[in-house]
Amino acid sequence: MAELSLSISDLHAFYGDSHVLHGVTLDVPAGEVVTIVGRNGAGKTTTLRSIMGMIEKRTGSITISGQNVIASPPEKIARLGVAYVPEERGIYATLDVTENLMLPRKVNDSGMTLEKIYELFPNLHARRNSQGTRLSGGEQQMLAIGRVLRTGASLFLLDEPTEGLAPVIVQQIGKAIELMKAQGHTILLVEQNFRFAAKITDRHYVMERGRVIDMIPRADVEKRAGQIQQYLGI
Amino acid sequence: MSTQVLFGQLLVGLINGSFYALLALGFAIIFGLLGIINIAQGTFYMIGAFGGWMLLNYFGLGYWWGLLLAPLIAGIVGMALEKTLISRMYKLDHIYGLLLTYGLMMFIMGTFIYFFQTAPRPYPVPPELQGGYNLGFMFLPKYRAWVVLVSLTFCLGTWFVIEKTSVGRNLRAATENPMLTRAFGINVPALLTFGFGIGVALAGLGGVLAGPIYSVSPIMGGDLVIVVFAIVVVGGMQSILGAVITGLSLGVLEGLTKVFYAQGANMVIFVIMFIVLMVKPAGLFGQEK
Ligand SMILES: Nc1ncnc2c1ncn2[C@@H]1O[C@H](COP(=O)(O)OP(=O)(O)OP(=O)(O)O)[C@@H](O)[C@H]1O
Ligand SMILES: [Mg+2]
Repeated sequence: MAELSLSISDLHAFYGDSHVLHGVTLDVPAGEVVTIVGRNGAGKTTTLRSIMGMIEKRTGSITISGQNVIASPPEKIARLGVAYVPEERGIYATLDVTENLMLPRKVNDSGMTLEKIYELFPNLHARRNSQGTRLSGGEQQMLAIGRVLRTGASLFLLDEPTEGLAPVIVQQIGKAIELMKAQGHTILLVEQNFRFAAKITDRHYVMERGRVIDMIPRADVEKRAGQIQQYLGI
Repeated sequence: MSTQVLFGQLLVGLINGSFYALLALGFAIIFGLLGIINIAQGTFYMIGAFGGWMLLNYFGLGYWWGLLLAPLIAGIVGMALEKTLISRMYKLDHIYGLLLTYGLMMFIMGTFIYFFQTAPRPYPVPPELQGGYNLGFMFLPKYRAWVVLVSLTFCLGTWFVIEKTSVGRNLRAATENPMLTRAFGINVPALLTFGFGIGVALAGLGGVLAGPIYSVSPIMGGDLVIVVFAIVVVGGMQSILGAVITGLSLGVLEGLTKVFYAQGANMVIFVIMFIVLMVKPAGLFGQEK
Protein backbone atom coordinates (compact mmCIF):
# COMPACT_ATOMS: atom_id res chain seq x y z
CA MET A 1 0.00 0.00 0.00
CA ALA A 2 1.27 3.44 -0.90
CA GLU A 3 2.15 5.53 2.14
CA LEU A 4 -0.42 8.17 2.98
CA SER A 5 0.25 11.87 3.22
CA LEU A 6 -1.76 14.32 5.28
CA SER A 7 -2.42 17.96 4.68
CA ILE A 8 -4.47 20.23 6.91
CA SER A 9 -5.42 23.77 6.16
CA ASP A 10 -7.43 26.33 8.11
CA LEU A 11 -8.87 23.73 10.47
CA HIS A 12 -11.37 25.00 13.03
CA ALA A 13 -12.82 22.72 15.69
CA PHE A 14 -15.42 23.20 18.40
CA TYR A 15 -16.56 21.43 21.55
CA GLY A 16 -20.18 22.55 21.67
CA ASP A 17 -19.96 26.34 21.57
CA SER A 18 -16.33 26.46 22.61
CA HIS A 19 -14.07 27.26 19.68
CA VAL A 20 -10.84 25.34 20.25
CA LEU A 21 -8.89 25.23 16.98
CA HIS A 22 -8.53 28.53 15.14
CA GLY A 23 -7.25 27.68 11.67
CA VAL A 24 -4.60 25.00 12.04
CA THR A 25 -2.47 24.45 8.95
CA LEU A 26 0.17 21.75 8.71
CA ASP A 27 1.61 19.16 6.32
CA VAL A 28 2.74 15.61 6.89
CA PRO A 29 4.49 14.32 3.75
CA ALA A 30 4.26 10.60 3.02
CA GLY A 31 6.81 8.57 4.94
CA GLU A 32 7.86 11.39 7.28
CA VAL A 33 7.62 11.70 11.05
CA VAL A 34 6.08 15.00 12.08
CA THR A 35 5.75 16.05 15.70
CA ILE A 36 3.37 18.56 17.23
CA VAL A 37 4.63 20.20 20.40
CA GLY A 38 2.94 22.77 22.57
CA ARG A 39 1.81 23.46 26.09
CA ASN A 40 -1.13 21.86 27.83
CA GLY A 41 -4.41 22.86 26.25
CA ALA A 42 -2.80 24.12 23.02
CA GLY A 43 -5.09 21.91 20.92
CA LYS A 44 -2.79 19.01 19.99
CA THR A 45 -5.21 16.27 20.95
CA THR A 46 -8.09 18.13 19.35
CA THR A 47 -6.10 18.29 16.11
CA LEU A 48 -5.60 14.51 16.09
CA ARG A 49 -9.22 13.86 16.98
CA SER A 50 -10.33 16.16 14.17
CA ILE A 51 -8.19 14.27 11.66
CA MET A 52 -9.80 11.06 12.86
CA GLY A 53 -13.27 12.54 12.41
CA MET A 54 -14.02 12.30 16.11
CA ILE A 55 -14.85 15.99 16.60
CA GLU A 56 -18.27 16.56 15.16
CA LYS A 57 -18.06 20.28 14.62
CA ARG A 58 -15.07 20.97 12.39
CA THR A 59 -14.44 23.11 9.30
CA GLY A 60 -11.56 23.74 6.92
CA SER A 61 -9.83 21.05 4.92
CA ILE A 62 -8.15 17.80 5.89
CA THR A 63 -6.85 15.80 2.95
CA ILE A 64 -5.40 12.34 3.16
CA SER A 65 -3.42 11.53 0.02
CA GLY A 66 -5.52 14.05 -1.88
CA GLN A 67 -8.90 12.99 -0.54
CA ASN A 68 -10.78 15.56 1.53
CA VAL A 69 -12.12 13.90 4.66
CA ILE A 70 -13.41 16.94 6.56
CA ALA A 71 -16.95 15.56 6.39
CA SER A 72 -16.14 11.84 6.64
CA PRO A 73 -17.15 9.72 9.64
CA PRO A 74 -14.35 8.10 11.70
CA GLU A 75 -14.89 4.59 10.33
CA LYS A 76 -14.37 5.86 6.75
CA ILE A 77 -11.19 7.68 7.70
CA ALA A 78 -9.85 4.61 9.52
CA ARG A 79 -10.55 2.49 6.46
CA LEU A 80 -8.33 4.74 4.35
CA GLY A 81 -5.46 3.38 6.45
CA VAL A 82 -5.31 5.84 9.34
CA ALA A 83 -4.60 4.46 12.82
CA TYR A 84 -5.04 6.31 16.10
CA VAL A 85 -3.38 5.84 19.48
CA PRO A 86 -5.29 8.12 21.86
CA GLU A 87 -3.74 10.04 24.72
CA GLU A 88 -5.96 8.27 27.26
CA ARG A 89 -4.97 4.96 25.59
CA GLY A 90 -8.56 3.82 25.11
CA ILE A 91 -8.15 0.26 26.34
CA TYR A 92 -11.47 -1.56 26.60
CA ALA A 93 -12.42 -3.01 29.99
CA THR A 94 -14.96 -5.36 28.45
CA LEU A 95 -12.38 -6.87 26.07
CA ASP A 96 -9.41 -9.03 27.01
CA VAL A 97 -5.93 -8.25 25.70
CA THR A 98 -6.26 -10.38 22.58
CA GLU A 99 -9.69 -8.95 21.82
CA ASN A 100 -8.32 -5.43 22.23
CA LEU A 101 -5.60 -6.29 19.70
CA MET A 102 -8.05 -7.87 17.27
CA LEU A 103 -10.62 -5.07 17.43
CA PRO A 104 -9.40 -2.57 14.80
CA ARG A 105 -10.59 -3.54 11.36
CA LYS A 106 -7.84 -4.56 8.96
CA VAL A 107 -7.43 -2.30 5.94
CA ASN A 108 -5.10 -4.67 4.07
CA ASP A 109 -2.80 -7.61 4.72
CA SER A 110 0.43 -5.68 5.13
CA GLY A 111 0.14 -5.34 8.92
CA MET A 112 1.83 -7.46 11.57
CA THR A 113 0.33 -10.74 12.70
CA LEU A 114 -0.86 -11.22 16.25
CA GLU A 115 2.18 -13.46 16.87
CA LYS A 116 4.59 -10.77 15.68
CA ILE A 117 2.95 -8.18 17.93
CA TYR A 118 3.30 -10.53 20.89
CA GLU A 119 6.98 -11.02 19.95
CA LEU A 120 7.47 -7.26 19.99
CA PHE A 121 5.70 -6.93 23.37
CA PRO A 122 6.24 -10.16 25.34
CA ASN A 123 4.50 -8.62 28.37
CA LEU A 124 1.28 -8.53 26.41
CA HIS A 125 1.58 -12.19 25.50
CA ALA A 126 1.96 -13.13 29.14
CA ARG A 127 -1.26 -11.27 29.91
CA ARG A 128 -3.19 -12.09 26.76
CA ASN A 129 -6.27 -13.37 28.62
CA SER A 130 -6.45 -10.51 31.12
CA GLN A 131 -9.10 -7.86 31.00
CA GLY A 132 -7.59 -4.91 29.11
CA THR A 133 -7.85 -2.37 31.90
CA ARG A 134 -6.22 -4.73 34.44
CA LEU A 135 -2.84 -4.07 32.80
CA SER A 136 -0.31 -1.62 34.20
CA GLY A 137 -0.04 1.81 32.58
CA GLY A 138 2.98 0.75 30.56
CA GLU A 139 1.34 -2.45 29.38
CA GLN A 140 -1.75 -0.51 28.38
CA GLN A 141 0.37 1.80 26.25
CA MET A 142 2.03 -1.23 24.60
CA LEU A 143 -1.45 -2.55 23.93
CA ALA A 144 -2.59 0.76 22.46
CA ILE A 145 0.40 0.76 20.10
CA GLY A 146 0.34 -2.97 19.37
CA ARG A 147 -3.33 -2.66 18.50
CA VAL A 148 -2.70 -0.41 15.49
CA LEU A 149 0.17 -2.48 14.08
CA ARG A 150 -2.12 -5.28 12.91
CA THR A 151 -4.37 -3.33 10.58
CA GLY A 152 -1.98 -2.49 7.75
CA ALA A 153 -2.53 1.23 8.31
CA SER A 154 0.13 3.53 6.93
CA LEU A 155 -0.66 6.85 8.61
CA PHE A 156 -0.29 6.77 12.39
CA LEU A 157 -1.58 9.41 14.79
CA LEU A 158 0.14 8.95 18.15
CA ASP A 159 -0.89 11.13 21.08
CA GLU A 160 1.79 11.34 23.79
CA PRO A 161 2.73 7.66 23.66
CA THR A 162 5.43 8.02 26.33
CA GLU A 163 3.47 10.14 28.79
CA GLY A 164 3.90 8.99 32.37
CA LEU A 165 5.92 5.88 31.53
CA ALA A 166 9.08 4.49 33.10
CA PRO A 167 12.28 4.84 31.00
CA VAL A 168 12.50 1.13 30.12
CA ILE A 169 9.00 1.19 28.77
CA VAL A 170 9.63 4.43 26.90
CA GLN A 171 12.46 2.54 25.20
CA GLN A 172 10.13 -0.28 24.15
CA ILE A 173 7.54 2.14 22.83
CA GLY A 174 10.35 3.99 21.02
CA LYS A 175 11.39 0.74 19.38
CA ALA A 176 7.87 0.19 18.05
CA ILE A 177 7.71 3.73 16.64
CA GLU A 178 11.13 3.36 15.03
CA LEU A 179 9.86 0.15 13.47
CA MET A 180 6.92 2.02 11.96
CA LYS A 181 9.29 4.65 10.63
CA ALA A 182 11.66 2.03 9.22
CA GLN A 183 8.76 0.50 7.34
CA GLY A 184 8.30 3.87 5.70
CA HIS A 185 5.02 4.73 7.38
CA THR A 186 3.82 8.27 7.90
CA ILE A 187 3.60 9.36 11.54
CA LEU A 188 2.03 12.38 13.19
CA LEU A 189 3.24 12.40 16.76
CA VAL A 190 2.17 14.56 19.68
CA GLU A 191 4.92 14.51 22.26
CA GLN A 192 5.92 16.54 25.30
CA ASN A 193 9.15 14.57 25.66
CA PHE A 194 11.15 16.65 23.23
CA ARG A 195 14.35 14.62 23.52
CA PHE A 196 12.44 11.46 22.71
CA ALA A 197 10.73 13.06 19.73
CA ALA A 198 13.76 14.87 18.32
CA LYS A 199 15.58 11.61 17.54
CA ILE A 200 13.00 10.45 15.00
CA THR A 201 11.26 13.62 13.88
CA ASP A 202 11.66 15.19 10.45
CA ARG A 203 9.78 18.38 11.30
CA HIS A 204 8.26 19.94 14.41
CA TYR A 205 5.15 22.09 14.51
CA VAL A 206 4.60 24.30 17.52
CA MET A 207 1.00 24.89 18.61
CA GLU A 208 -0.33 27.57 20.92
CA ARG A 209 -3.95 28.44 21.71
CA GLY A 210 -5.42 26.48 18.83
CA ARG A 211 -2.98 27.70 16.17
CA VAL A 212 0.29 26.54 14.64
CA ILE A 213 2.78 29.29 15.45
CA ASP A 214 6.01 27.85 14.10
CA MET A 215 7.56 25.04 12.09
CA ILE A 216 11.06 23.80 12.81
CA PRO A 217 12.69 21.39 10.36
CA ARG A 218 15.03 18.74 11.72
CA ALA A 219 18.11 20.59 10.54
CA ASP A 220 17.28 23.65 12.66
CA VAL A 221 16.51 21.92 15.93
CA GLU A 222 19.93 22.38 17.49
CA LYS A 223 20.31 25.93 16.29
CA ARG A 224 16.92 26.93 17.72
CA ALA A 225 17.06 24.94 20.95
CA GLY A 226 16.63 28.03 23.12
CA GLN A 227 13.54 29.16 21.28
CA ILE A 228 11.97 25.70 21.50
CA GLN A 229 12.46 25.68 25.25
CA GLN A 230 10.76 29.03 25.42
CA TYR A 231 7.78 27.73 23.39
CA LEU A 232 7.34 24.80 25.72
CA GLY A 233 7.82 26.93 28.80
CA ILE A 234 10.56 24.67 30.12
CA MET B 1 -50.89 -28.99 49.35
CA SER B 2 -50.21 -31.53 46.62
CA THR B 3 -46.93 -31.78 44.79
CA GLN B 4 -49.02 -31.54 41.62
CA VAL B 5 -49.87 -27.94 42.51
CA LEU B 6 -46.34 -27.13 43.54
CA PHE B 7 -44.73 -28.46 40.38
CA GLY B 8 -47.55 -27.05 38.28
CA GLN B 9 -46.82 -23.54 39.55
CA LEU B 10 -43.11 -24.14 39.26
CA LEU B 11 -43.65 -24.91 35.58
CA VAL B 12 -45.84 -21.83 35.10
CA GLY B 13 -43.10 -19.82 36.79
CA LEU B 14 -40.48 -21.29 34.52
CA ILE B 15 -42.58 -20.50 31.43
CA ASN B 16 -43.17 -16.92 32.53
CA GLY B 17 -39.52 -16.71 33.47
CA SER B 18 -38.58 -17.78 29.95
CA PHE B 19 -40.55 -14.90 28.49
CA TYR B 20 -39.14 -12.50 31.05
CA ALA B 21 -35.63 -13.67 30.21
CA LEU B 22 -36.07 -13.23 26.44
CA LEU B 23 -37.57 -9.77 26.77
CA ALA B 24 -35.18 -8.65 29.49
CA LEU B 25 -32.19 -9.87 27.50
CA GLY B 26 -33.28 -7.82 24.50
CA PHE B 27 -33.96 -4.87 26.75
CA ALA B 28 -30.48 -5.07 28.32
CA ILE B 29 -28.75 -5.32 24.93
CA ILE B 30 -30.62 -2.28 23.67
CA PHE B 31 -30.01 -0.23 26.79
CA GLY B 32 -26.32 -1.14 26.94
CA LEU B 33 -25.64 -0.47 23.28
CA LEU B 34 -27.94 2.44 22.46
CA GLY B 35 -28.72 3.92 25.86
CA ILE B 36 -32.40 3.61 24.98
CA ILE B 37 -34.87 2.47 27.62
CA ASN B 38 -37.10 0.52 25.27
CA ILE B 39 -40.53 0.59 26.86
CA ALA B 40 -41.88 -0.76 23.55
CA GLN B 41 -40.21 -4.13 24.20
CA GLY B 42 -43.63 -5.61 25.06
CA THR B 43 -44.99 -4.22 21.79
CA PHE B 44 -42.43 -6.19 19.80
CA TYR B 45 -43.51 -9.26 21.76
CA MET B 46 -47.04 -8.52 20.57
CA ILE B 47 -45.82 -7.93 17.01
CA GLY B 48 -44.08 -11.32 17.12
CA ALA B 49 -47.25 -13.03 18.31
CA PHE B 50 -49.40 -11.26 15.73
CA GLY B 51 -46.80 -11.97 13.07
CA GLY B 52 -47.27 -15.68 13.73
CA TRP B 53 -51.04 -15.34 13.80
CA MET B 54 -51.16 -13.35 10.52
CA LEU B 55 -48.80 -15.71 8.74
CA LEU B 56 -51.15 -18.54 9.68
CA ASN B 57 -54.45 -16.82 8.93
CA TYR B 58 -53.52 -14.74 5.87
CA PHE B 59 -50.82 -16.85 4.26
CA GLY B 60 -51.51 -20.34 5.57
CA LEU B 61 -48.01 -20.56 7.00
CA GLY B 62 -48.01 -22.68 10.15
CA TYR B 63 -46.23 -22.48 13.50
CA TRP B 64 -42.77 -23.41 12.26
CA TRP B 65 -42.78 -20.70 9.63
CA GLY B 66 -44.12 -18.33 12.24
CA LEU B 67 -41.31 -19.20 14.61
CA LEU B 68 -38.80 -18.41 11.89
CA LEU B 69 -40.40 -15.38 10.25
CA ALA B 70 -42.18 -13.52 13.06
CA PRO B 71 -39.02 -12.62 15.03
CA LEU B 72 -37.50 -11.59 11.71
CA ILE B 73 -40.48 -9.33 11.03
CA ALA B 74 -40.25 -7.82 14.52
CA GLY B 75 -36.50 -7.30 13.96
CA ILE B 76 -37.00 -5.61 10.60
CA VAL B 77 -39.74 -3.32 11.96
CA GLY B 78 -37.37 -2.52 14.83
CA MET B 79 -34.44 -1.73 12.54
CA ALA B 80 -36.62 0.54 10.41
CA LEU B 81 -37.76 2.40 13.54
CA GLU B 82 -34.17 2.67 14.79
CA LYS B 83 -32.99 4.16 11.49
CA THR B 84 -35.82 6.65 11.19
CA LEU B 85 -36.70 7.65 14.77
CA ILE B 86 -34.72 6.11 17.59
CA SER B 87 -31.30 7.09 16.22
CA ARG B 88 -32.32 10.74 16.72
CA MET B 89 -32.36 10.23 20.48
CA TYR B 90 -28.74 9.18 21.02
CA LYS B 91 -27.41 12.60 21.86
CA LEU B 92 -30.23 13.34 24.28
CA ASP B 93 -30.91 12.26 27.83
CA HIS B 94 -32.21 8.69 28.41
CA ILE B 95 -35.63 10.08 29.25
CA TYR B 96 -36.24 11.11 25.62
CA GLY B 97 -35.68 7.58 24.36
CA LEU B 98 -38.08 6.32 26.99
CA LEU B 99 -40.71 8.85 25.95
CA LEU B 100 -40.27 8.08 22.27
CA THR B 101 -40.57 4.33 22.74
CA TYR B 102 -43.54 4.90 25.03
CA GLY B 103 -45.18 6.87 22.23
CA LEU B 104 -44.35 4.14 19.73
CA MET B 105 -45.87 1.58 22.04
CA MET B 106 -49.13 3.55 22.34
CA PHE B 107 -49.26 4.18 18.61
CA ILE B 108 -48.59 0.59 17.55
CA MET B 109 -50.88 -0.87 20.18
CA GLY B 110 -53.64 1.58 19.25
CA THR B 111 -53.33 0.72 15.58
CA PHE B 112 -53.61 -2.99 16.31
CA ILE B 113 -56.61 -2.43 18.59
CA TYR B 114 -58.27 -0.43 15.81
CA PHE B 115 -57.92 -3.27 13.34
CA PHE B 116 -58.16 -6.34 15.57
CA GLN B 117 -59.96 -5.25 18.77
CA THR B 118 -58.72 -6.53 22.08
CA ALA B 119 -60.40 -9.93 22.25
CA PRO B 120 -57.77 -12.70 22.33
CA ARG B 121 -57.42 -14.77 19.18
CA PRO B 122 -56.42 -18.39 19.52
CA TYR B 123 -53.20 -19.58 17.93
CA PRO B 124 -52.98 -23.35 17.98
CA VAL B 125 -50.21 -25.50 19.37
CA PRO B 126 -48.57 -27.24 16.38
CA PRO B 127 -49.56 -30.92 16.06
CA GLU B 128 -45.97 -32.04 16.67
CA LEU B 129 -45.98 -30.46 20.12
CA GLN B 130 -49.44 -31.46 21.32
CA GLY B 131 -49.85 -33.82 24.24
CA GLY B 132 -47.35 -34.24 27.00
CA TYR B 133 -45.44 -36.48 29.34
CA ASN B 134 -46.64 -37.96 32.59
CA LEU B 135 -43.70 -37.60 34.91
CA GLY B 136 -45.46 -39.30 37.82
CA PHE B 137 -45.39 -36.28 40.09
CA MET B 138 -46.85 -34.01 37.40
CA PHE B 139 -48.05 -33.79 33.83
CA LEU B 140 -45.65 -31.88 31.56
CA PRO B 141 -47.25 -30.54 28.36
CA LYS B 142 -44.81 -30.91 25.46
CA TYR B 143 -45.38 -27.39 24.24
CA ARG B 144 -44.44 -25.84 27.59
CA ALA B 145 -41.25 -27.84 27.75
CA TRP B 146 -40.51 -26.65 24.22
CA VAL B 147 -40.97 -22.99 25.18
CA VAL B 148 -38.49 -23.30 28.03
CA LEU B 149 -36.03 -25.14 25.81
CA VAL B 150 -36.17 -22.64 22.93
CA SER B 151 -35.96 -19.66 25.20
CA LEU B 152 -32.97 -21.03 27.11
CA THR B 153 -31.25 -21.95 23.84
CA PHE B 154 -31.66 -18.44 22.47
CA CYS B 155 -30.57 -16.79 25.71
CA LEU B 156 -27.44 -18.93 25.88
CA GLY B 157 -26.83 -18.50 22.15
CA THR B 158 -27.07 -14.72 22.46
CA TRP B 159 -24.73 -14.75 25.43
CA PHE B 160 -22.27 -16.89 23.43
CA VAL B 161 -22.38 -14.57 20.41
CA ILE B 162 -21.77 -11.52 22.57
CA GLU B 163 -18.99 -13.00 24.69
CA LYS B 164 -17.16 -15.28 22.28
CA THR B 165 -17.43 -14.05 18.68
CA SER B 166 -15.98 -11.14 16.73
CA VAL B 167 -19.41 -9.59 16.21
CA GLY B 168 -19.89 -9.73 19.97
CA ARG B 169 -16.47 -8.18 20.51
CA ASN B 170 -17.43 -5.28 18.24
CA LEU B 171 -20.75 -4.92 20.05
CA ARG B 172 -19.04 -4.81 23.43
CA ALA B 173 -16.51 -2.28 22.17
CA ALA B 174 -19.28 -0.11 20.69
CA THR B 175 -21.14 -0.29 23.99
CA GLU B 176 -18.11 0.79 25.98
CA ASN B 177 -16.64 3.51 23.75
CA PRO B 178 -18.61 4.13 20.56
CA MET B 179 -16.53 7.00 19.15
CA LEU B 180 -13.17 5.29 19.57
CA THR B 181 -14.62 2.08 18.16
CA ARG B 182 -15.60 4.00 15.04
CA ALA B 183 -12.03 5.31 14.83
CA PHE B 184 -10.95 1.67 14.59
CA GLY B 185 -12.89 1.31 11.35
CA ILE B 186 -16.00 -0.27 12.81
CA ASN B 187 -19.32 0.99 11.50
CA VAL B 188 -20.94 1.63 14.87
CA PRO B 189 -24.13 3.25 13.54
CA ALA B 190 -24.84 0.09 11.54
CA LEU B 191 -24.02 -2.00 14.60
CA LEU B 192 -26.54 -0.02 16.65
CA THR B 193 -29.25 -0.70 14.09
CA PHE B 194 -28.34 -4.38 14.13
CA GLY B 195 -28.28 -4.47 17.94
CA PHE B 196 -31.71 -2.91 18.17
CA GLY B 197 -32.98 -5.44 15.63
CA ILE B 198 -31.61 -8.34 17.67
CA GLY B 199 -32.99 -6.93 20.91
CA VAL B 200 -36.53 -6.61 19.59
CA ALA B 201 -36.34 -9.87 17.61
CA LEU B 202 -35.79 -11.66 20.93
CA ALA B 203 -39.04 -10.09 22.17
CA GLY B 204 -40.70 -11.12 18.89
CA LEU B 205 -39.53 -14.68 19.44
CA GLY B 206 -41.07 -14.56 22.90
CA GLY B 207 -44.32 -13.44 21.29
CA VAL B 208 -44.59 -16.34 18.83
CA LEU B 209 -43.72 -18.79 21.57
CA ALA B 210 -46.41 -17.26 23.79
CA GLY B 211 -49.18 -17.35 21.15
CA PRO B 212 -50.31 -20.95 21.75
CA ILE B 213 -50.24 -20.49 25.54
CA TYR B 214 -51.81 -17.07 26.07
CA SER B 215 -53.55 -16.46 22.71
CA VAL B 216 -52.85 -13.35 20.65
CA SER B 217 -54.13 -9.89 21.43
CA PRO B 218 -53.01 -6.28 20.82
CA ILE B 219 -52.79 -5.66 24.56
CA MET B 220 -50.56 -8.63 25.35
CA GLY B 221 -47.17 -7.37 26.42
CA GLY B 222 -48.57 -4.16 27.87
CA ASP B 223 -48.30 -5.43 31.45
CA LEU B 224 -45.38 -7.67 30.68
CA VAL B 225 -43.07 -4.76 29.93
CA ILE B 226 -43.55 -3.36 33.44
CA VAL B 227 -42.41 -6.66 34.94
CA VAL B 228 -39.54 -6.89 32.46
CA PHE B 229 -38.45 -3.39 33.40
CA ALA B 230 -38.37 -4.42 37.08
CA ILE B 231 -36.36 -7.52 36.17
CA VAL B 232 -33.78 -5.54 34.25
CA VAL B 233 -33.43 -3.13 37.16
CA VAL B 234 -32.89 -6.08 39.53
CA GLY B 235 -30.39 -7.75 37.18
CA GLY B 236 -28.45 -4.59 36.36
CA MET B 237 -29.52 -2.43 33.42
CA GLN B 238 -26.84 -3.52 30.95
CA SER B 239 -26.07 -6.99 32.21
CA ILE B 240 -26.80 -9.72 29.66
CA LEU B 241 -26.27 -12.51 32.15
CA GLY B 242 -28.15 -10.60 34.84
CA ALA B 243 -31.19 -10.25 32.60
CA VAL B 244 -31.36 -13.97 31.84
CA ILE B 245 -30.72 -15.26 35.34
CA THR B 246 -32.98 -12.69 37.00
CA GLY B 247 -35.72 -13.26 34.42
CA LEU B 248 -35.84 -17.00 34.99
CA SER B 249 -35.43 -16.93 38.75
CA LEU B 250 -37.98 -14.18 39.36
CA GLY B 251 -40.43 -16.06 37.10
CA VAL B 252 -39.98 -19.14 39.28
CA LEU B 253 -40.19 -17.09 42.47
CA GLU B 254 -43.44 -15.56 41.25
CA GLY B 255 -44.82 -19.06 40.57
CA LEU B 256 -43.83 -20.28 44.03
CA THR B 257 -45.39 -17.25 45.66
CA LYS B 258 -48.67 -18.25 44.02
CA VAL B 259 -48.49 -21.54 45.89
CA PHE B 260 -47.55 -20.20 49.30
CA TYR B 261 -49.11 -16.74 49.36
CA ALA B 262 -51.26 -16.22 46.29
CA GLN B 263 -52.15 -12.61 47.13
CA GLY B 264 -48.46 -11.65 46.93
CA ALA B 265 -47.74 -13.15 43.53
CA ASN B 266 -48.40 -10.00 41.55
CA MET B 267 -46.10 -7.86 43.58
CA VAL B 268 -43.27 -10.13 44.68
CA ILE B 269 -41.06 -9.01 41.78
CA PHE B 270 -41.59 -5.38 42.68
CA VAL B 271 -40.82 -6.04 46.32
CA ILE B 272 -37.55 -7.65 45.21
CA MET B 273 -36.85 -4.66 42.98
CA PHE B 274 -37.42 -2.34 45.91
CA ILE B 275 -35.04 -4.30 48.14
CA VAL B 276 -32.34 -4.53 45.47
CA LEU B 277 -32.56 -0.82 44.76
CA MET B 278 -32.06 -0.13 48.46
CA VAL B 279 -29.12 -2.49 48.87
CA LYS B 280 -27.39 -2.57 45.48
CA PRO B 281 -28.73 0.21 43.25
CA ALA B 282 -26.72 -0.90 40.19
CA GLY B 283 -28.53 -4.27 40.24
CA LEU B 284 -27.37 -7.74 41.22
CA PHE B 285 -25.11 -8.13 38.19
CA GLY B 286 -24.53 -4.46 37.41
CA GLN B 287 -21.30 -2.54 37.67
CA GLU B 288 -21.26 0.09 40.37
CA LYS B 289 -20.17 3.40 38.80
N1 LIG C 1 -14.26 17.49 25.73
C1 LIG C 1 -13.96 18.80 25.80
N2 LIG C 1 -14.93 19.71 26.00
C2 LIG C 1 -14.66 21.02 26.07
N3 LIG C 1 -13.43 21.54 25.95
C3 LIG C 1 -12.42 20.70 25.75
C4 LIG C 1 -12.63 19.28 25.66
N4 LIG C 1 -11.44 18.67 25.46
C5 LIG C 1 -10.54 19.68 25.42
N5 LIG C 1 -11.10 20.88 25.59
C6 LIG C 1 -10.42 22.18 25.59
O1 LIG C 1 -9.86 22.36 24.32
C7 LIG C 1 -8.56 22.94 24.42
C8 LIG C 1 -7.55 22.08 23.70
O2 LIG C 1 -7.46 20.84 24.36
P1 LIG C 1 -6.55 19.67 23.85
O3 LIG C 1 -6.89 18.47 24.66
O4 LIG C 1 -6.66 19.55 22.39
O5 LIG C 1 -5.11 20.19 24.26
P2 LIG C 1 -3.71 19.45 24.23
O6 LIG C 1 -2.79 20.33 23.47
O7 LIG C 1 -3.85 18.06 23.76
O8 LIG C 1 -3.31 19.47 25.76
P3 LIG C 1 -2.49 18.40 26.65
O9 LIG C 1 -1.04 18.67 26.43
O10 LIG C 1 -2.91 18.73 28.04
O11 LIG C 1 -2.91 17.05 26.23
C9 LIG C 1 -8.29 23.11 25.90
O12 LIG C 1 -8.55 24.44 26.24
C10 LIG C 1 -9.27 22.20 26.56
O13 LIG C 1 -9.66 22.71 27.80
MG1 LIG D 1 -3.60 16.24 24.63
